Amino acid sequence: MAGPVTCEYRRRPDLFRATCFLASVLTILLLVFIFGEILTKAWPAIHRFGFGFITGVQWSPNREVFGVLPVLIGTAASSLLALLIALPLGMAIALFLSEDFLPESVRQIIRFVVELLAAIPSVVYGLWGIFVVIPIVQQFGTVLSEHFGFLPIFAGPAYGNSLLTASLVLALMVLPTITAISRSSLVAVPYSLREGSYALGATRWETILGVILPTASPGIVASAILAFGRAMGETMAVAMLIGNSQRLSWSLLSPSNTLSALLANQFAEADGIQVSALMYAAVILVLMTLVVNLAGEMVLRQTQRATAGLR
Amino acid sequence: MSTEKNPTLVLTDDFAPGEVNFIKVDNFKFFYGKKEALHGINLEIPSRRVTSFIGPSGCGKSTLLRNFNRMNELIPGVRHEGDITIHGTSIFDPSVEIIALRRRIGMVFQKSNPFPMSIYENIVYPLRIAGQNNRFILDETVERCLRSSALWDEVKDRLHESALGLSGGQMQRLCIARAIASKPEILLMDEPCSALDPIATAKVEELIIELKKDFTIIIVTHNMQQASRVSELTAFFYLGNLVEFDETRKIFTNPSKQQTEEYITGRFG
Repeated sequence: MAGPVTCEYRRRPDLFRATCFLASVLTILLLVFIFGEILTKAWPAIHRFGFGFITGVQWSPNREVFGVLPVLIGTAASSLLALLIALPLGMAIALFLSEDFLPESVRQIIRFVVELLAAIPSVVYGLWGIFVVIPIVQQFGTVLSEHFGFLPIFAGPAYGNSLLTASLVLALMVLPTITAISRSSLVAVPYSLREGSYALGATRWETILGVILPTASPGIVASAILAFGRAMGETMAVAMLIGNSQRLSWSLLSPSNTLSALLANQFAEADGIQVSALMYAAVILVLMTLVVNLAGEMVLRQTQRATAGLR
Repeated sequence: MSTEKNPTLVLTDDFAPGEVNFIKVDNFKFFYGKKEALHGINLEIPSRRVTSFIGPSGCGKSTLLRNFNRMNELIPGVRHEGDITIHGTSIFDPSVEIIALRRRIGMVFQKSNPFPMSIYENIVYPLRIAGQNNRFILDETVERCLRSSALWDEVKDRLHESALGLSGGQMQRLCIARAIASKPEILLMDEPCSALDPIATAKVEELIIELKKDFTIIIVTHNMQQASRVSELTAFFYLGNLVEFDETRKIFTNPSKQQTEEYITGRFG
């Protein structure tokens, strides 16, 4: 082969590689820059309030008292409740889409529609929540608190804007994450295992419950963790629905708040140390979602390695 | 070829069989959609013998094997004509439950397929789905099956560790142990050694010869030496027809059909 051709071939990948390398380094730098920026802005608050910021239950900008414990609890509770609702539903959908109960073409349509849920803007979910979910929660919540008000989780008057409302809408929003990842881990279960189970005299449901689900379970766990991470960071819809109250309450029917909703609702009118306090909350939020997402990715990777060994 | 009557087996005197026509395949045709994969097979397989199915790829040997426990029915668009009987009962009779049939017929696949659970749980899986949870019976089954599959000494100290940590040969022997856990009468083996190294293959072959005391074994193989080593009877298939079925010794030394001779001497296939 002629020399110049080889040269040409060699130079191009170099340029390509350099471009890609630069782009990936920039991504990392961007992350570091963003985190550095909020950390700098948060520093006065971190310095002044220290660890008490996390354990404090009062949030009162006028008195310059800032504590996010109720908000942290609200964040965890709303995400957990959303997961509790979405996980069984998402798993059922994933199972339905990975088995051949329906013809492939119909399954593809359902899959497409579920994944389309992820494309709806957050603010639209918020509006839908205001017009549809809030009236429903108000109605059912009143009945619940009348009859089951002795339980702390249903105590007190049923406001429409509540932890429950936010969790219901969040559940819908994280459904595509759970369905997509669970489905792909169910589909990745090798056919030979299914065949092996049938050959031993198992029925379809015995095979699903005894072999397919256990084999795919690490992927389903990963989908739950990633969905949890998404629910924690979700902002707009939650800010519109949760009621923005920093008061600690056991009741699912009373207003609450999350870190992201707190930021969205207060940042525009904040100044001075309040800005710094909000940035402190942002630091906590970033760290929390980072940890959860890393955990999810790690489990997912472990899963892929495990199922690769089965092939 | 397909119009010709398929040969039936005449056993020589020194062969004292269990039950000569334990499995009877009667003018059996099988279709994948419109494609006819088996053209009217007639075959009688004796019990407690090792019978091997040989022939080039696509000749229908695996298709026939997978009909004995009706595994082919997992594939959409298949149908059959003719009949297969075991012990005189048609396996396609409406009164035959497919679950019960598969419990009577163990199957070992080309690629070992241990479930991602412990060695112990793999073996007791067929018992658990049958509702058997008696600890004593489960323990006893695990030991019996692992001894039968010559795996007991290798794994007895790690029964509760994942089966995926075993070597390829051990995994395949575990699958054999699992296949015999529900005490089947018949063991179907679909190229059980094709993914194994020679040492692991030798172990599985020894095991097959050992197991024929208790089971009727049918093995599909591409390995002619394997067929001659482990089986007493050999059926040669070609293009969806059974060309010749006889004692292995005779098939490999003095086949009566020219096609058989050409195949075993490696002139085609």
